[in-house]
Amino acid sequence: MGILSKKDAALILDPLADNNPITIQVLGICSALAITAELEASIVMAVSVLFVMGMGNVVISLMRNIIPSKIRIIVQLVVVATLVIVVDQVLKAFAYELSKTLSVFVGLIITNCIIMGRFEAFALANGPKRSFLDGIGNAAGYGFILIVIGFFRELLGSGTLLGIKVLGDPIEKTGLYAFGYENNGFMLLSPMALIVVGLIIWVQRSRNPALIEEN
Amino acid sequence: MLEHIELFFKSIFIDNMVFATFLGMCSYLAVSKKVTTAVGLGAAVIFVLAVTVPLNWILDQYLLRDGALAWLGPEYADYNLSFLSFILFIATIATMVQLVEIVVEKFSPSLYNSLGIFLPLIAVNCAILGGSLFMQSRDIQTLGLAFNYGLSSGIGWFLAILAIAAIREKIRYSNVPAPLRGLGITFIITGLMAIGFMSFGGMLTGGDEAAPQEEVVAVAPTQDMSGLTIDAAQQDTTQKENETVQEDSPASDNQINE
Repeated sequence: MGILSKKDAALILDPLADNNPITIQVLGICSALAITAELEASIVMAVSVLFVMGMGNVVISLMRNIIPSKIRIIVQLVVVATLVIVVDQVLKAFAYELSKTLSVFVGLIITNCIIMGRFEAFALANGPKRSFLDGIGNAAGYGFILIVIGFFRELLGSGTLLGIKVLGDPIEKTGLYAFGYENNGFMLLSPMALIVVGLIIWVQRSRNPALIEEN
Repeated sequence: MLEHIELFFKSIFIDNMVFATFLGMCSYLAVSKKVTTAVGLGAAVIFVLAVTVPLNWILDQYLLRDGALAWLGPEYADYNLSFLSFILFIATIATMVQLVEIVVEKFSPSLYNSLGIFLPLIAVNCAILGGSLFMQSRDIQTLGLAFNYGLSSGIGWFLAILAIAAIREKIRYSNVPAPLRGLGITFIITGLMAIGFMSFGGMLTGGDEAAPQEEVVAVAPTQDMSGLTIDAAQQDTTQKENETVQEDSPASDNQINE
């Protein structure tokens, strides 16, 4: 960490663990749950949010002194919407099938509360460099959880990772399936996403009791 | 008329915003600690969805979709502006929310006091933008249906947040494992509720255009009673085939939740 001071490094590292946007700040849940049935979609979503957050935080931070506070929400929405349109068009051009899978959830990055939350809480009060780091850090924390959920849901639900059959072939009964293992199709249904997040929160808070909430 | 009723119940129960598509989860989790505040936010969501979805339907129909500008003249018929939908939809929503806030403040201060703090929050509630985007991607046909869709999705969201707020008020007295307290148990409860809501999947089977009116009435209650999972749709088809072989069984494909 020669380039970054200790404070700056914390901006990136904190959201990965003890200040995670999903499990601690409760931001950006919608997309985390809806598109995580496959690992690939989770990764694409994580990268899209990383791009939108990093860029958006810089833009808002550069404009922070000229935005009238009364209309700041609309200004923020326009900045995010523009960035999301770029992501959407790129996905449609280079990964059309995937953009079909993600459907409206690319558009919903606009209202992803992480982005608005970080604009309000950080970018409006800090310079572009620190804002950029904060954006990247939070998006990475978000993406990390997304990828963990996607990993377990795809592995247990369809026995594949990124479409590769890692557990053997369920029809020809090879690999684990030879021993009578069955895919748990339930993992692919939407309610399981919620329960997986609940379990992640459980694990994280058991490891770090300081995060336990008062009832 | 029948399609209105079908869309109404479908949007409330089968395609419930929270349990089937996870829209509006952030405020759903953040504002569900007390029933009274949950009711306030839920009412505001119903209101804003019922206003913005039809508005965005008009925008989509006459401005954004492929060939939508044909009413300006034949030379405009080739334009496809649908890449602008995100920015236009969110601008409409943000403006409407602001407008609604001003109007409500002027004419009904008491309503403003109960909704007031939630209205600005709603501009960034994914349920609102999601309602408009689903309206676009599901290709809703008329303005009336768009209004219906907005209203019933809002009611579905309202029901969901009311239910979780009531459960959270009660669970305060239970002995939840410490690391799960608060957020964790809420997630798991929501997951269980979503599983419950999945059983509505078979609700509308048999009410399709192929079936005559009396049959709809006769079939619907038995299904509600059986309260089975998505398989109800398939079971129903087989039942029907046994009863009346010569008649086409109502299409079951579009009833099963995607």
